[in-house]
Amino acid sequence: MARFTPKVVTANALLEGDVVYLTADDRWTRRHEDAELIEDEAHAQLRLLHAMSQGNVVVGAYLADAKAGENGPEPTHFREVFRTRGPSNYLHGKQAELN
Amino acid sequence: MYSYSEFDEAFVRARVAQFSQQVERRIDGSLTEDEFRPLRLMNGLYLQLHAYMLRVAIPYGTLNPRQMRQLAHIAQTWDKGYGHFTTRQNIQFNWPKLPDVPAILTALADVGMHAIQTSGNCVRNVTSDHFAGAAADEVEDPRPYAELLRQWSTDHPEFQFLPRKFKIAVTGAEHDRAVIKAHDIGLRVLKNEQGETGFEVIVGGGLGRTPMIGMTVREFLPVNDLLPYVEAVLSVYNTLGRRDNKYKARIKITLHETGKEEITRLIEARFAELRPLFGGADQNLLAEIKAAFAPPAFRNAPVDAYDAFYKADPVFRAWADTNLAQHRNDQYAIVTISLKKHGETPGDATADQMRLMADLAEQYGHSELRISHEQNVILPHVHKGDLPAIHAALVKAGLGTANVGLISDIIACPGMDYCALATARSIPVAQEIAMRFEELKLEHDIGPLKIKISGCINACGHHHVGHIGILGLDRAGVENYQITLGGDGSETAVVGERAGPGFAYDEIVPAIERIVRAYLEQREGPQETFLQAYRRLGLGPFKEALYPAEGTKDAA
Ligand code: SF4
Repeated sequence: MARFTPKVVTANALLEGDVVYLTADDRWTRRHEDAELIEDEAHAQLRLLHAMSQGNVVVGAYLADAKAGENGPEPTHFREVFRTRGPSNYLHGKQAELN
Repeated sequence: MYSYSEFDEAFVRARVAQFSQQVERRIDGSLTEDEFRPLRLMNGLYLQLHAYMLRVAIPYGTLNPRQMRQLAHIAQTWDKGYGHFTTRQNIQFNWPKLPDVPAILTALADVGMHAIQTSGNCVRNVTSDHFAGAAADEVEDPRPYAELLRQWSTDHPEFQFLPRKFKIAVTGAEHDRAVIKAHDIGLRVLKNEQGETGFEVIVGGGLGRTPMIGMTVREFLPVNDLLPYVEAVLSVYNTLGRRDNKYKARIKITLHETGKEEITRLIEARFAELRPLFGGADQNLLAEIKAAFAPPAFRNAPVDAYDAFYKADPVFRAWADTNLAQHRNDQYAIVTISLKKHGETPGDATADQMRLMADLAEQYGHSELRISHEQNVILPHVHKGDLPAIHAALVKAGLGTANVGLISDIIACPGMDYCALATARSIPVAQEIAMRFEELKLEHDIGPLKIKISGCINACGHHHVGHIGILGLDRAGVENYQITLGGDGSETAVVGERAGPGFAYDEIVPAIERIVRAYLEQREGPQETFLQAYRRLGLGPFKEALYPAEGTKDAA
């Protein structure tokens, strides 16, 4: 059987539309590195269900591939990398607002 | 210019009130996202990659200065100080917050604007030639027909749940600047031998996953028959169009699956039923609309100042040569303001730039502005004597770029910098191509060349009809760019040919440069444009330039 690729749960915040990630202690964070890195498939499904039950806080929750990094989980696909920082044509979004 | 009737005003206000309540109920939790999503889409509100996006309709790309200023106000108050003009002649705001959307819609309603039918499976914003009412080569201003269609299709009860979205474009000139052959219905105003006005009706064009050039289903449709005929087309499509498969739901597929002859027969049969139901009220309305589109009172004054300036100032001359088009009045010109400054985002304008353009339109342009599907802003009626002053003001605001129709005048969709559907970025590719050719100082030598870039197969960037088209894809988790060559969006429309395997992000600009260098080497002279050279030479020499290693392999 193929090995399960680790995941994070991600969505957009209902009010601002910002990209958010689910933490291990059930908060929604703007920072990818603070997300819970889920390494077990069954647990991933449970966490996704939990996220989907929070429809009044976030929209469109899904599981995104990630890997362990120095400061916490890191995205693997370029789309998810862009979602952690914002557009490349202006210093807008997270790259300007976080840090 | 046409302005809202009491009916339009009441309808838009009622919709704003309704949607404001829906937003409230979404925020307080009474509506789920599944319930809210179709409601927000009906009102132009998308959820994109990093934020919500509000798409505002600019019917047939026509704006007055007051509306442009309001867009600037919205950009500054509720967004990040800019707006993005799209290939559908609309404007998109990339960063609105959900609780602010009712206020934005109210601000739009204050100037007779809205975001209704900018999404969903309905008749979308009717687009038109951005030079309409001004172009020297025009039979008639097509916008009154576009406005008639807008009024007829707005909230039309029969056509709110079509199999898929439906796009109509109208032009009044033989030279097609509105890409009418790539729309679900394309209409071209023309005169028959008796001198009567009517339309050539083209059906079934479209880009996207299955690009197709539309087919002419009526060579000449009398003006009086416009609404019943369009209604017949939509009615047949509404019945036959596939609802089982989103990718086969557009009318272009219906047409191909049914056959042109059969679908024409069905349309004509439905038309025969509908025609008697139109008792002439539509024609009375059309007459009223036409009066609202009467041409402005053109000024009669000498143009010597323009001639002198043109001779004396090379910067002005370069701009005049690329950014002006011939007006039907000899003393006037059509000004295209380039939103494609090298290195900037195609189609973006800051709030300050919007205000300046509004001021210039008011002071020098008979209070008219247009948005082109090529993502530029047009001042359609400018007396030549005012051009030096306009140019100077534009240069100061970073809007004086002399590149309209050249290689850096690129169409680029938002791509993966904003769009949730994207498979790759398009904006930075456009920025880098523009910067590269600016650095080479080659673009005026290259001459007319349209590059169009889409960030996914949906083709909002019209890449299929770009002389050079670029499509961004996700190939095994990396951005990859596919090139098509020889596309054409004008009256001689064709879908471009795939050049071969795609290129990685850092290879795409050099690849474009190789194509352009091959053109420069092989053209018969500067008078032979890229497209003409491509038509003469075919794909061969460009393929060799794109994939040189393979060329040597073959030769060995
Ligand atoms: S072409 Fe694709 S990426 Fe570009 S705007 Fe359209 S849907 Fe988005």
